[in-house]
Amino acid sequence: MTGTTTLRQLLTLVLLMALLVITFILAHVDLGLLNTSVGLAIAAIKALLVGLFFMNLWWSDGLHRVFAIAGAFMLAILFSLALADFLSRSWLAMPGSFP
Amino acid sequence: MIPTRNYVNADVSLRSWLISTDHKRIALLYLGAITFFFLIGAIAASLIRLNLLSPDGRLLKADTYNKSFTIHGVIMVWFFLIPSIPTVLGNFLTPLMIGARDLAFPRLNLASFYIYVVGGLFTIGAILAGGVDTGWTFYTPYSTMFSNSYVLATIAGVFVAGFSSIFTGLNFIVTIHKLRAPGMTWFRLPLFLWALYATSIILVIATPVLAMALVLIAIERIFQIGIFDPALGGDPLLFQHIFWFYSHPAVYIMILPGLGVISELITCFARKTIFGYKFIAFSSIAIALFGFLVWGHHMFVSGQSVFASMIFSFLSYAVAVPSAIKVFNWTATLYKGSISFSSPMIYALGFILLFTLGGLTGLMLAFLPVNAHVHDTYFVIAHFHYIMVGGMLMGYLGGIHFWWPKMTGFMYPESWGRAAALLLFLGFNLTFFPQFILGYLGNPRRYHSYPPEFQIFHIMSTLGASILAVAYILPLGYLLWSLRYGKKAGPNPWHASGLEWQTSSPPPTTNFAITPIVTESPYIYSAENGHFIPQGSQHERTNT
Amino acid sequence: MNALTPRAAEQFDDLDQQKHAASLGMWTFLATEIMFFGAIFLAYTVYRISYPLDFAKAAAQLNITIGTLNTAILLLSSFFIALGVSFIQRDKAKLASLALLLTWALGFVFLLLKAYEYYDDINKHLVPTAGQPVARMFYLIYYTATGVHALHLTIGLLVVAAMIYRLYRQQFSASYYTPIELTGLYWHFVDIVWIFLYPMLYLVGRES
Repeated sequence: MTGTTTLRQLLTLVLLMALLVITFILAHVDLGLLNTSVGLAIAAIKALLVGLFFMNLWWSDGLHRVFAIAGAFMLAILFSLALADFLSRSWLAMPGSFP
Repeated sequence: MIPTRNYVNADVSLRSWLISTDHKRIALLYLGAITFFFLIGAIAASLIRLNLLSPDGRLLKADTYNKSFTIHGVIMVWFFLIPSIPTVLGNFLTPLMIGARDLAFPRLNLASFYIYVVGGLFTIGAILAGGVDTGWTFYTPYSTMFSNSYVLATIAGVFVAGFSSIFTGLNFIVTIHKLRAPGMTWFRLPLFLWALYATSIILVIATPVLAMALVLIAIERIFQIGIFDPALGGDPLLFQHIFWFYSHPAVYIMILPGLGVISELITCFARKTIFGYKFIAFSSIAIALFGFLVWGHHMFVSGQSVFASMIFSFLSYAVAVPSAIKVFNWTATLYKGSISFSSPMIYALGFILLFTLGGLTGLMLAFLPVNAHVHDTYFVIAHFHYIMVGGMLMGYLGGIHFWWPKMTGFMYPESWGRAAALLLFLGFNLTFFPQFILGYLGNPRRYHSYPPEFQIFHIMSTLGASILAVAYILPLGYLLWSLRYGKKAGPNPWHASGLEWQTSSPPPTTNFAITPIVTESPYIYSAENGHFIPQGSQHERTNT
Repeated sequence: MNALTPRAAEQFDDLDQQKHAASLGMWTFLATEIMFFGAIFLAYTVYRISYPLDFAKAAAQLNITIGTLNTAILLLSSFFIALGVSFIQRDKAKLASLALLLTWALGFVFLLLKAYEYYDDINKHLVPTAGQPVARMFYLIYYTATGVHALHLTIGLLVVAAMIYRLYRQQFSASYYTPIELTGLYWHFVDIVWIFLYPMLYLVGRES
C-alpha cells in the first residue's frame, strides 16, 4: 500500500510535467483560434490531476466532490451571463458602446 | 423555573462573555452589535427623511445628503441586514434545532464576531472622519477617480466584514451536514435551517466576488489607473457586473433567513403542520441558486446589451416562482388553522402581505419597459424597502420575540409586543407606500431636493418614518424591561414542537443534558386541540 | 492535544466526525477562493476578447522562461506536500517534515523568481503607468492577478512553516494529522490558480 501511494503521486507529477512541456511547445505553434482553447484545456487537465490525485478527490465521497466543483460551477454562471452582455454589445451598436 | 446553571450564569465575568466560544453567547454579542449598527443606520435614515420634508432640501447640503444615504445603505446592508438573522438567531438556534452541543467551529464563530466588529470600526471611522458619498453601490468612476470622501476606509470596513459573512456561512454549512443528532434527517430539519443552509451557500459563494470588486476599486483609487477606466480601454460596466453578481444574491442572503423564520412562526401560531414541507425546503435552495442568475436586472439602463437584458429579465421572472410557492404554502397552512394573534404571529402575517407586495413590484421592475421608466426612482426604493423592512425586519423582530423566552428565560409583556407590531405595520406602510407613487410620478432617488408638487408624499413618508421610529424603540424598551421584571418563561411557553423547546430556557451551556433522539417530523400540531408532538426528546417520548 | 491519544473537540462525537467536518470546512473555504480569483479572471477574459491583438502583443513581452520555470516549481512543490501528507498518514513524521521543507523551499524560490521577474518587468517598462492603453490594462491585470496569487502563496509559506514546526514538536501522528492535510489542500489550490494563470498570461501571442 505504501509503495503504490508514492508511485501514484510520482506518476501524477510526471504527467503534470509532461503536460507543461506540451503546452509550452504548442503555444509557439500557430493553431489560430485553437491556441487559447488548447492552452486552457491542458490547464484544466492539470488542475483535474492535482484535484483528483493530490487532493485525493478520486477517493473522496460525493459530498467532497460536490463542494469541490461548486466554485467552478458558479464561475461558469458568472462568465456565461457576463459574457452574454459583452459579446452581444456589438449586435446593436450604439454610440459609445464598448469596446 | 430558571435552571440553576445555564449558559447565562455559567460564568458572569465580562471576560467570559467576550471570549466565549459558546454559540449562544456569541449570538447575544452579535445582537448587541447589530442593534448598535441599526441605530446608526436609522439615524442616517432620519436625516434623509427630515431633509426631504422640504422640496429644496434645505436641512442638509447636497454633499451631506449624499453622505447620509450612502452611510444609510452601507450600514444597513452590510452591518444590519446581512448579518442579523444568521448571526443572532442562526447562531443561537442551529445547534439547538439539530440537537448538537455547538457549531462545528466554535472558535471560528468567535473570530467571525470580532472580524465583524473590526469591519464595523473601519466604517464608523470613515463616518467620523467625514463620511463617504458614493452610494452603497460604489459605482466607478465616481468612487475611484472623483469622490473626495473616505471611500477606502469604508471599503476596508466592508471587505473585512465580508470575511465574517464567509466564515459564518462556512460554519453553518458544515454544522448542518455533520452535527445532526440521531434521527434528524435532512427532511426532518426545521425549515428555518433549510433557509439558513441556502443563505450560507450564497454567503460563501457570492461574498468573495464582492471582495475582489472592492480590491479592484481600491487599486484604481490608490493608483488612479484602473481596470474599469475607459482611458485604458476599460469598461465601468465590468465593475457593475462583478458588484451585482454579489449584491443581487446578497439580497437573498437578507431575505431567506426571514422566510425561514416565518415557517416556524406560522406553524406554531396556526397550530398546524406546514403545507408542502418539501416544496418550501427546495424553494429555499431554488431561491439561492436562481438568485445568482439575475444580477443584470440592476443594469438594464446602464449600457448593458439589450439581449443580455432580455435574458436577465426572463430569469428574474423565474426567481419569483419559488418565493411565490412559499407564500402559497403558508396561506394553505393558515387555512383551517387555529390562529392566535401573538406578537410573533402579527409580525409573520405582516411579513407575508408586505413581502408579497414587495415581490410583485419586483416583477414590475423586471419588465424592461417599466424598468426604463422607474429605474433610479423612488419606485425602486419602495420595492426593496417593502422586502427589507416590511419583510426581513419584521421577520427578524418576529423571530426575536418568538425565541426571546428561550434565549433569556423571560417573557416580554405580550400587549406591548402586539401594539409595537401593529404600530410598525402602520408606520411602515405610511412611510413606503407613498414612495411607490413618487417613483411612478418620476421622483428620482438619491436627490436631496425635488419638485414641490411631490411634497405631500414626502411629508406622509416622513410622518410614517417617525411612527416607525417609535415602533423600533418600543421593543428595545420592553425587551430590556423583561430581563429584570419579566415573567419566567419555562422551557416551552409557546407549546412549540421544535427541538430547541425541549431544553430549558435559558439552555444549559452544552444545550442538552444528553443528546436528544429525533423521532418526528417538525410541526406536528393539532388545530383542533392545540396539542403538539415534540420533534424529539432526551427522555422517553412524551405527548403534551 | 497529545498526538498519540488525540481526543475530539467537545462539539464532535468522535475523531472521524471532526476530521470530516474539518475537511469539508477547508473545501468550502477553497470554494470561496475560487470565486475570489474568478472575478479577476473575468476581467481578463472580457478584455482579452475585446482587444485580442493588443493583449497578445503585451503578453508576449513577459518573461516566459521564469513563468514556465515557476510553473514547474509549483507543480513539484505540490507533489512534495502531497507526499508529506501521505508520509504522516503512515506515521513517518520525519519524512513528512523533509517533504514539507522541500515544499517550503520550492515555494520560497517561486517568490524569489517572481520578485526578480517584477524587477525585470519594471526595468523593461512593462508597467500599467505608461505605454499603449490596452498594454497598460494587460499589465495592470498581470500585476494584480500575480500579486494576489503571491500573497496567497506567502500565506501558504507561513502555514507550511507552522506545520513543519508542529511536526518537529511531535504534535502529529497517524492518528491525528488533519491540519497538515488541510494545509496540503490549500497549497494545491494555490498551485491550481497558477496552473491557469500561466497559459492566460505567458502563453498568449507566442505563436511564431
